[in-house]
Amino acid sequence: MKISSGTIRLIIPAASLVLLLAAVFYMQPRAMSYNGLNLLFNLAVPIALATIAQMLIMSVNDLDLSMGTFVSFCACVAATLLQTSPALGILILLGAIATYAVIGVVIHLRELPSIVVTLGMSFVWGGLAVLILPSPGGTAPAFARWIMTAKPPLVPMAIVASILIAAVTHTIVMRSSFGVLMRGVGGNDRSVERAGWSVIGIRAGTYALAGLFAVLAGIALVGLTTSADANIALRYTLLSIAGVILGGGEFVGGKVSPIGAVIGALTLTLAGSFLSFMRISPDWQIGAQGAILIVVLALRLALNRLEKREKSQ
Amino acid sequence: MSETLNRQEVVAARGVRVTFGAVKALDGADLVIHAGECVGLVGHNGAGKSTIVNVINGGLSPHEGSLRYSGNDVRGISAARANGVRCVFQELSLCPNLTVGENARIMHAELKGWNWRGRALALVETQLQDIFPGHAIDCDSTVDDLSIAERQMVEIAISFAGISAPPKLVILDEPTSSLDAGLAAQLMAYIRKFVSAGGSVLLISHILGEILSTSNRIVVMKDGRVVADRAASEFNNRSLVEAMGNVVREQELSRKAVAKSGAPVLSMPARRGHGHGQAKALPFEAYRGEMIGLAGLGGHGQTQALLDLYLARNSNWFPTKKRDIAFVAGDRSLNGTFPLWSILKNLSIASLDQLSSKRMIDGDREDALGEGWKKRIEIRTPDMGNRILSLSGGNQQKVLFARALATTAEIVLMDDPMRGVDIGTKQEVYEILRSEAANGRTFIWYSTEMDEIRLCDRVYVFREGAIVAELVGEEISEKSVLSASFAQGEAA
Repeated sequence: MKISSGTIRLIIPAASLVLLLAAVFYMQPRAMSYNGLNLLFNLAVPIALATIAQMLIMSVNDLDLSMGTFVSFCACVAATLLQTSPALGILILLGAIATYAVIGVVIHLRELPSIVVTLGMSFVWGGLAVLILPSPGGTAPAFARWIMTAKPPLVPMAIVASILIAAVTHTIVMRSSFGVLMRGVGGNDRSVERAGWSVIGIRAGTYALAGLFAVLAGIALVGLTTSADANIALRYTLLSIAGVILGGGEFVGGKVSPIGAVIGALTLTLAGSFLSFMRISPDWQIGAQGAILIVVLALRLALNRLEKREKSQ
Repeated sequence: MSETLNRQEVVAARGVRVTFGAVKALDGADLVIHAGECVGLVGHNGAGKSTIVNVINGGLSPHEGSLRYSGNDVRGISAARANGVRCVFQELSLCPNLTVGENARIMHAELKGWNWRGRALALVETQLQDIFPGHAIDCDSTVDDLSIAERQMVEIAISFAGISAPPKLVILDEPTSSLDAGLAAQLMAYIRKFVSAGGSVLLISHILGEILSTSNRIVVMKDGRVVADRAASEFNNRSLVEAMGNVVREQELSRKAVAKSGAPVLSMPARRGHGHGQAKALPFEAYRGEMIGLAGLGGHGQTQALLDLYLARNSNWFPTKKRDIAFVAGDRSLNGTFPLWSILKNLSIASLDQLSSKRMIDGDREDALGEGWKKRIEIRTPDMGNRILSLSGGNQQKVLFARALATTAEIVLMDDPMRGVDIGTKQEVYEILRSEAANGRTFIWYSTEMDEIRLCDRVYVFREGAIVAELVGEEISEKSVLSASFAQGEAA
């Protein structure tokens, strides 16, 4: 049977996740339990959601550098206003999603580099987060807390949530008509335009969808940590980009994989735990995490080159 | 009134004028396509073929003139599509990251609702089978995984496919450029079938055999106008080439006979083209003091040949100490000017090593160089310190020429540098080139304009990536260049 290039793309991230998991289990067999797995992957859920949001932006050849501050902002709103006056909280979050759509339109109409616009927006979101929650605190809304601490039978919540996120986004991005148009804009926006579609509309929709997933990431994060802080998710900007790339996505060309992105987010979270189990001091952990990333990406480049060589023969 | 005609007009463009700045791309062109006919459209570079195609498919709004689809005066891409106009572009316009079926979804907005994937797949598969019986394309694969020929086949099939109604007019711009002879013949046969069933096709091709054998009517364009519009049976290879050329304006030029002396300063072995029915490819050679033209239709490998010649002398990684080859870019904004720099800096960038001592730029010498060239080629500016963008396009181009000529390079490569430059400037630059060539410099000049090709001592004609003809001295004429750039072979 012929394996499609999309499947080949998924092999490396899946294999690295399995390898890391095996190494963790080898070093700490007690992690191989319901509670162990839940603890290992708990923090992966908001990261996976943020990674999906970043992946949506990347599927139309853009990059969102405000992801971290935006998720922080959403977490702050969720820990304060969504808790105290739900109607206002929901309104603010909806407004944030609408703002994302507007950003998409502005980037398209003015032909601005998305990196510059989102970098600017990152300061806006950061400032708003501080205004809403000047010092760390707040309380998680009951529903978020309930979802994130639920204990489904057999499989821990973190795994169920990851699979659910992967399945839903796979349907949206890879199977639905909108997903096809969105990836079409990333692949060749001129041909989408020539076929009579509104590229502005597609881009606005994509950004809004990304905003929605980022909002969900913020709420999920608060559900886990029970309180928020304006700088709670700053790492998410780079983590989400790394997750997309690790999961087989590419910066340009509309080549993305939602399943891969979720796997990438899981791998990144696991890499942190793995290094702790290795007793590598936290000073070195970030560097070691980077090294893991480089190894996986080098593997993928090698595989791509191999594939290309085979094709040209 | 068009309704009263027995044959319905699918598209009627009349008196269309389109100008890009000073360039008149279309100068009152008429193109009417009736139902049930295949119209062949031929013409040399810049004749306005692509522009009129863009007007008809709604991508470009004409500045003057009328445009009607089946009698309705509507504008825009969606309107054109709603009136059954489809277009297969010369460059690939599929999304490479999507599967064949998904691409069909993008091209056909009607493919919505439940199970559109299955229907899209069935649609493309039957259409492919109709046009290219016996093809081996897996419609589940992404376009990236297909070969160039397969991509072209898929694009053609998607365009011909109809969901609720078959398309009324399909525009095919060089549809066979990467198909082999067998596939091209299948396509031509399908076009004839499609036309006899009442559809219409606008066919653009550089293979005259295809045009002559497939079209009912042939429209010849030149300089943005339609110069001939007759039944295909009234043309043959020779008369078609003659119609494309300009027989009236024959310019007298005193071309000095350059003796090929000594070893060639630059050479390249014969390169294999990518087309079918390829004639024998010729090697490339350039001698000292020659002006060599690279002719042929645009995008047939001339720019690639120039780049290869350049890279053969210059390493990609380490700049060589003594640069003996200079390059004048054709696309000013893309790879020519530094838009934020002054005129002087733009001019001196290529000769900084001559202008500097101890790795520091000598400002006085730089100024002197700038003043010298400003006088010599008459750059119209009060101050060489002004921004480059303050100059007109033609003057910017002069600065780029000066940049190359100010170096010590013996060989100058030019990638169609006169695009969109006014005639006065052109004459001035030609004069400079002539005198520089007389001083022993070699110029290799890719040009899409016949007047410039005629200035050259020797001309190589490119077709499908290979050199197919070499013309020397008196042989260089519009007619000979045209007949070499269009394949004569009775394809299909």
